[in-house]
Order: sequence, then structure tokens, then C-alpha cells
Amino acid sequence: MTRHPTLTVIDRYATADPGLDEATVWSVEVHLEDCADCRARLAGSTTPQSRALIDRVATGLDREISAGPVPAGRARQLRYRWMTVVLLPWLVMTGAVLGCAALLTILETGLPSLVLLLAPVAPLPGVAAAWSRRTDPCWELIAGTPAAGLTMVLRRTVAALVLVIPALAAVGAGTGASLALMLLPCLAFTVATLLLGTLVGVRRAAVGLAASWTLAVVLPSLATARLPVLLQADSAGLWALTTVLLAGWATTRAGSFRRLSNSN
Amino acid sequence: MMRAVSAAETVATTHPWAVHAEGLRVRAGRHLAVDGLDLALGAGVYGLLGPNGAGKTTLMRALATVTNPAGGRLALLGHPVDGRSDLRLVRRQLGYLPQHFGFYPRFTVREFVGYMAWLKEMPKAGLAAAVQRAIDRVGLTAKADARMKTLSGGMLRRAGIAQAIVNDPRLLLLDEPTVGLDPEQRLDFRELVRDLGTDTCVLVSTHLVEDVAAACTEVVLVNEGRLVWQGTAADLSGQGDPNHAGDSAAERGYSAVLRRHRAEAVR
Repeated sequence: MTRHPTLTVIDRYATADPGLDEATVWSVEVHLEDCADCRARLAGSTTPQSRALIDRVATGLDREISAGPVPAGRARQLRYRWMTVVLLPWLVMTGAVLGCAALLTILETGLPSLVLLLAPVAPLPGVAAAWSRRTDPCWELIAGTPAAGLTMVLRRTVAALVLVIPALAAVGAGTGASLALMLLPCLAFTVATLLLGTLVGVRRAAVGLAASWTLAVVLPSLATARLPVLLQADSAGLWALTTVLLAGWATTRAGSFRRLSNSN
Repeated sequence: MMRAVSAAETVATTHPWAVHAEGLRVRAGRHLAVDGLDLALGAGVYGLLGPNGAGKTTLMRALATVTNPAGGRLALLGHPVDGRSDLRLVRRQLGYLPQHFGFYPRFTVREFVGYMAWLKEMPKAGLAAAVQRAIDRVGLTAKADARMKTLSGGMLRRAGIAQAIVNDPRLLLLDEPTVGLDPEQRLDFRELVRDLGTDTCVLVSTHLVEDVAAACTEVVLVNEGRLVWQGTAADLSGQGDPNHAGDSAAERGYSAVLRRHRAEAVR
């Protein structure tokens, strides 16, 4: 630890007193770099010449800063950090499909709610795009960075969900479907995609899950014109339990996202 | 009072080899593109030469921790790199320019380099300054706020180099960095690489033998996924005689070493 220089020494330093030896000047300088109090004292003892010089430098800097480019806004930074650039086309498509489903549900009263049937798979296009070689042109650069991994996948998945869930809620409110029955399966499928994605790649997992859901549930319900048991009021608890269990399991496999495998 | 010293505090901060591979095997699709490669590289500029399909790009990807090695041992900057290890520490000190790198066309150069710096988990405080320094070093200062889609091929390449060096990496991997650069820019690039190579391990994969002869301290020659020859650029020039194919001493040396290796492989 260095001791604070006395006010006399600071005064002599400020007036560039030739009587002050070089070693003292250095030690004062080193001390000033770290000590705000002594810098304040130095400011009190500066000479008019020094102040004029500092003013001149400040005006010059201000002029250069105002001539330079404007710093990027926070909105742009947020946008690129959460990567809605890559996700946006997929999310627009999801919104359009949901809109059509809502319209059909309202017009064709004989059919079960299409919105409710499609809600579980609605976020999957966005999730698939979140960690894929095909949709992200920068994948090779990103896959070699320390930020690549579960955190990045989750951040992008959340970005997709943040846009899909309000759309679902709005459409659901319009058609009178139960909110819990729309959102819980939607979360369960998202987590299941990530979990399955650690084994076969997120894109394949999303395609596989969406296809099985369509074949096993959506088409039969359309054929029989009745909502499946899975989407009736009693099964909400089951969906919640599944989501929690799958999420727990998925966290144990977090390491698999460190590299972007060939199948993604 | 005594304090327990954690393993992380006592670990060596310098390592004999920035890249240490033993019997490394890496797949490209189903094909084993790197097959039993032994390599040890310290600080300096290394030129990675080899014919098409020699496994250069696959090797670069494995060294960049993008693909998982299929076998053998690989250690980067003293950390083992395999399927299970935590790669964050290594990746923070790594710079990588892929052969074909994609980019977001609407980003400006500054945003692109800044985004990569953020992904490399650089401290927030010095980030903007580091981005500016990297852009200045590759000579893109005037284009810093131009969108990526408006850049020419050579400028894109330089933007790629800027993102690779933005975090002052200790291991820098450049795959075909001089493609699309005009002769003057290539001279600047050689200068930059020589400068970086004083305290960094720089591995430059290229087809241009004269680039290697001019800018690299050592040459690594691979063929069919194996190390064929390693030595200084001057040694490589000394390998050939006027009977071998090539317009410069280094090119003749390159073809001489390759021909000798192929003849031995046939036997």
C-alpha cells in the first residue's frame, strides 16, 4: 500500500515544481491512478494553464465524438442477443397457422377446437430454429464460442416462447379454449423437444414430435370430431407433472448442447 | 487464518503446447477425414498445407472444438478436449475463422464483431474498445458501420479475421484467410499474422504456398488425415530441387515432400 502524498507534494506536482525529484513524481502518479481522493485534491491545486489545456482537449474530444458514428442502441443489441433475426420467419409462420386455426374453429362449429389441438406443437418450429445448422448461417462461428450450449438454446427457446405464448393466449381467449390446457402441453412439448434433441438433434426431435402428435392425436380427433382425453380438463395436472419431470431430466443432459452435432 | 487453495488457482498458466494431438481421429460425416494425426504446436505461426481432401478443414473444426474427435487425444492450451470436458475455458481463448462462414446480412461489421465478442464472453467494460481495435487491425475502419451484405468478398474475409482476433486469442485458427484478398491486403495480412504469432499459436490453413513461405515460422503438411512433414519454411524450400514441379523454392519443396510421401505410401 502506498501512503497518501501530502498536500504540499501534490501542490508541487500540480505546478510541475522542478525541485520535486523524479522518483517522487512517479510514486505520486502511480498513487493518483488508484486514489480518487488524491485526484480530487490534485484538481483543487491545478494551475490555470493545466485547466486551459484540459478544456482544449475536452472540446477537441467532444467535436470528434459528435462527428463519429452514433453508438448502437440498446434495442438493436437486445434484438441480436436474443436472436429473433433467425427465429422471426418461423414465428411469423406459427402465428399465421394459429390464426387460420382460430378462424376455422370459429367458422366450423362441428369440429373440435383446432387451436387447442395445435397448441402443443406451436412453439416447435421456433425451438427447432433455435439450434440448427440449417437456419443459422453463423452456426460454425457460434458453435465454437463459450456461450454455445444449454444457456444459448434456452435463451433462444424462451425468445420463441415469449412470442408464441401471447399469440396462443390471445387466440385461445378468442375461441374460448382453456388457457391451462393450451399452455401446459405447449411447455411439455418444448421441453420434450429439447430433451429428445440431446439424443437425435433438436430439429429432428421437433419434426418427430410434431409428426407423432399430428398422426396420433390431431387426425383421429378431426375424424371423430371429438376432443381427445389428453386435452380435456382433467388432464391438466398430468401435463404439468410431465413438464416438470422432463425438465428435470433435460437438465441432467445439459452437456450435450456444448457442441452442435451433425444431426442438428 | 489458513485458506484452502483450489486446483484452479494452482494450475499452470502456460503450457508447453497450445495444440497437442496424439493419434487424433475426426469424422467428416461418415468418412474418417483425420486418421491418427500427431501434432504439437507452441507459440508461432504455422502454415497448414495439404492437397484437397487432406482433412485440413476437418482438423481445423476439431481444433476449434466445433466437432467432437472420434478418437485419440487432443489437448488445447493444456485443457483436454473430448466429449465430456467443459469447453468454456478453452473457447474463451480461441479464435476461429471457418472456411465458409455465414453471417447475418443486416448486421453492420461492428455489430457482427461485437456479437461474436459477446458470445466469447468478453468482459462488458472493454468490449466496444476491443471491437474497434480488431476492426482497425484488419483495416476495415472505414467500413465499420456498413452492413455485411454490402461488403466485397475480401472485406468479408477481413471481417471474419476481425471476429477471430477480437478476444486476443491464445490459439488462433484461420481456415483459408487469404481467399479474396488483393495482393496489398495479403501483405497486410502477413504482417498482422507475424505480429500475432509472437505470443499466440496461429494455425493458418491455406493452398497458397507462397503465403506460408512468407508469413509462417513453421509448416505442417498433412495428407489423407495424417501428418506428413513438419519443419521450418526454410527447410521446406530446401526439400525440393529444380526438377520438381513449382515456380518457387517453397512450391518445389512442397511437391517434393508430397511426392516422396506418396511413393512411400505405395510401397
